[in-house]
Amino acid sequence: MPSLIAKTPLEGTWPVTHGGLTLAEVELTRVTSVSAPKVGRDLAAGLKALGVSFPKPNQFTGFDAVRMVWTSMDQAFMIGGDPSGLSGAVMTDQSDGWACLRLEGAGADQALMRLVPLDLRRDAFPPGAAARAPLNHMQMILMRLEPDCFELLVFRSMARTAWHEIEEAMKSLAARAGLV
Amino acid sequence: MRIPCPLCGTRDRREFYYYGSDDYLNRPAADAPAAAWDDMLHNRDNPAGVTRDLWYHETGCAQWLAVTRNTVTHEILGSELVADLKTGPKSARKGGEK
Repeated sequence: MPSLIAKTPLEGTWPVTHGGLTLAEVELTRVTSVSAPKVGRDLAAGLKALGVSFPKPNQFTGFDAVRMVWTSMDQAFMIGGDPSGLSGAVMTDQSDGWACLRLEGAGADQALMRLVPLDLRRDAFPPGAAARAPLNHMQMILMRLEPDCFELLVFRSMARTAWHEIEEAMKSLAARAGLV
Repeated sequence: MRIPCPLCGTRDRREFYYYGSDDYLNRPAADAPAAAWDDMLHNRDNPAGVTRDLWYHETGCAQWLAVTRNTVTHEILGSELVADLKTGPKSARKGGEK
C-alpha cells in the first residue's frame, strides 16, 4: 500500500494578520457526530470519562482536548475525542468533512458580525456560546472560546471561500481603523 | 423579519427556507376520497390575518418549524418544532432566547 500524505483543508495557507486580528487554520484531528434523542446513563458516563457533557442548544462543553458542540436537535459534534468508548448514541465520523478556522484579536466579533446575522457582542454571545448560523451563505458552526477568540467550522469544500470572506472583513475593519 | 426558532433563538429570515401552508402536515388517510387529497395538495386559504406555515431552518439547526404570523401586521405570533407537534416539546431540547 502506498502511504498517502494527508492534507488539511487549508493546506498552504498561513496565518494572516490585519489590524489586531489574526486568522489561522486549526487542524482538526477527529470530528464525530453524536446523536441521541435522550442522553442516557451510558452516554453521560462515556462523555464524562472524556471530560465533557452533552451540550445544551447554543453551547459547547469542554475546551482544548475534547469539545462537544451543539449542532442540531438531539445532536452534537465531538471535536478531538475518541468516541470508541461511547454507547447509547448514533455516531458518524465527520473528520474529513469540515474545516476549522480561528479568528483572534480585539474586535473579532466586529469582523464576524459583517458576515453573520447574529448579535456577537460579548453580552449576547459570551465565551462558551455556540451557534449554527450562516457565514454569508455558508453553513457554519461558531464557537466563542474566549472574549477575543472564535473558532468556526465550515464544510471542507468551502474552506477557502470562508477564509477569503473573513480576510476581507478583517481588511475592511483594519482600513477603517486606519482612517481615524 | 425575524423568526423565533425554539432551539436557536430569534434569527434572521435569511436563515430560513419557506415551504408553504401547514396544510401539508394534515395528510389524509390512505383510503381518503380524492377530494381530501386534492385539498391537501392544492387548495389553500389566502387569509388577510393570522396564518400558519412551514419554514425550514436551513442555515441553523436544520429543523422544520410551524410559524404562526399575521399577514396584515407582519407580526410573528409564535413557532413550534414540527418534530414536537405530535409528541409535545421535550424540556431537554429547549433552547433559549439569545
